[in-house]
Amino acid sequence: MSVRHALLAQLAEGPKYGLQLREEFEARTGEIWPLNVGQVYTTLQRLERDGFVESDDVDSGPQKSYRITGRGEAELAEWLRTPPDMTSPPRDELVIKVLAAVRLPNVDVQEVIQVHRRRLVELMQQWTRLKEDEAQYDLGLALLLDAELYRLDSVILWLDATDARLRREAATPTPARSHDRPSPRPGRRMGARR
Amino acid sequence: MSVLELRGVSRVFGHGANGVVALDGVHLSVEAGTMVAVMGPSGSGKSTLLSIAGTLEKPSGGEVLIDGTRLSAMSGREQARLRRRSIGHVFQDYNLLAGFTALENVTLSLELDGMSVRRARAAGTAALDRLGLGHRASSFPSQLSGGERQRVALARALVGDCRLLLADEPTGALDSGHGEAVMRLINAACKRGVAVVVATHDAQLASWAERVVFLRDGRLVDQTAPPPGPESLLLPVTSGR
Repeated sequence: MSVRHALLAQLAEGPKYGLQLREEFEARTGEIWPLNVGQVYTTLQRLERDGFVESDDVDSGPQKSYRITGRGEAELAEWLRTPPDMTSPPRDELVIKVLAAVRLPNVDVQEVIQVHRRRLVELMQQWTRLKEDEAQYDLGLALLLDAELYRLDSVILWLDATDARLRREAATPTPARSHDRPSPRPGRRMGARR
Repeated sequence: MSVLELRGVSRVFGHGANGVVALDGVHLSVEAGTMVAVMGPSGSGKSTLLSIAGTLEKPSGGEVLIDGTRLSAMSGREQARLRRRSIGHVFQDYNLLAGFTALENVTLSLELDGMSVRRARAAGTAALDRLGLGHRASSFPSQLSGGERQRVALARALVGDCRLLLADEPTGALDSGHGEAVMRLINAACKRGVAVVVATHDAQLASWAERVVFLRDGRLVDQTAPPPGPESLLLPVTSGR
């Protein structure tokens, strides 16, 4: 997450102090993402250096007020509309674990999958409890919790699909299983690795 | 004492070598005021488990106890009475009667159980009011949205002295907003002391439960740990670029 742009977005509402920015940021994210005050001031200094914010130079302490510049507003507008880079599949640790388990002899892949499925459901239970308690009253927190719940849910869906695929494979063994292929075919690389 | 207890419950469809084991030695206890989710893929035995817990089906082996009483020791008539009075069912496709209004759908089981029309209407209206549907009492199911139909089904399940709510994919036909609203209502009923069992393959729905048990090929193979506090949910913050 870009703290730099999150702070710019807060300043787009009006001038604010550094400490105020931190408190607002944490309140709006249900205090799920703690923010170091030092990180706030360092980021503000960089934003000021780049001409995205300006401050009143009268006070250099915690009461120093920052406001967004025209350049900062343009940067914020562009950032809002720039899709994050999702072209390359991430090297997901869980995917790698399951791929390894499939190839290893004497490993019960379904048991490995269930260990991870259970842990993910336990995490979702914690997020849902937070949603049950607080998110009814806080839109920002509700959106944040939904994002996390959908993310974890999608991982569980992948585990379920993997589980089902492995069961189908075990029930109908075919002579040319994809992971027995001797070498990767050319031209199958996905995304754009940099 | 558990509201629902399954002791080594099995269910086999068919006989001999052709028999299909739908449930295999399932043990499960659900206390008053707790929600348990049963998660598993299609065909894992979730619906069979709910049918047996709800006295709609008999187990091939093992015992089912409701409020400490063994179902096998009850007559068919006693079981039907228990089902009408204390057990509520919610299904994915609502199962409302098309020719009856929302209120009539809710009060039918009370009237079948011998309650006067006046008392049944009062109880039914209260149940609909609690789910925010008092103004739809005289609407027919075809005049209601999917979310409203499921809330009527929930009111029907919870009306009267419901002790045990059995929900089979209760949000399966709803969009995410209505699905969450239904789960909040089920959760609220649970907080009032109803024991709830939800069968689902949907992790978002299951995560409302205090305990999630995992069913595979008719056997309970795993369950979640007791919940820790929310302080374990702190995410790392990176500074971006």
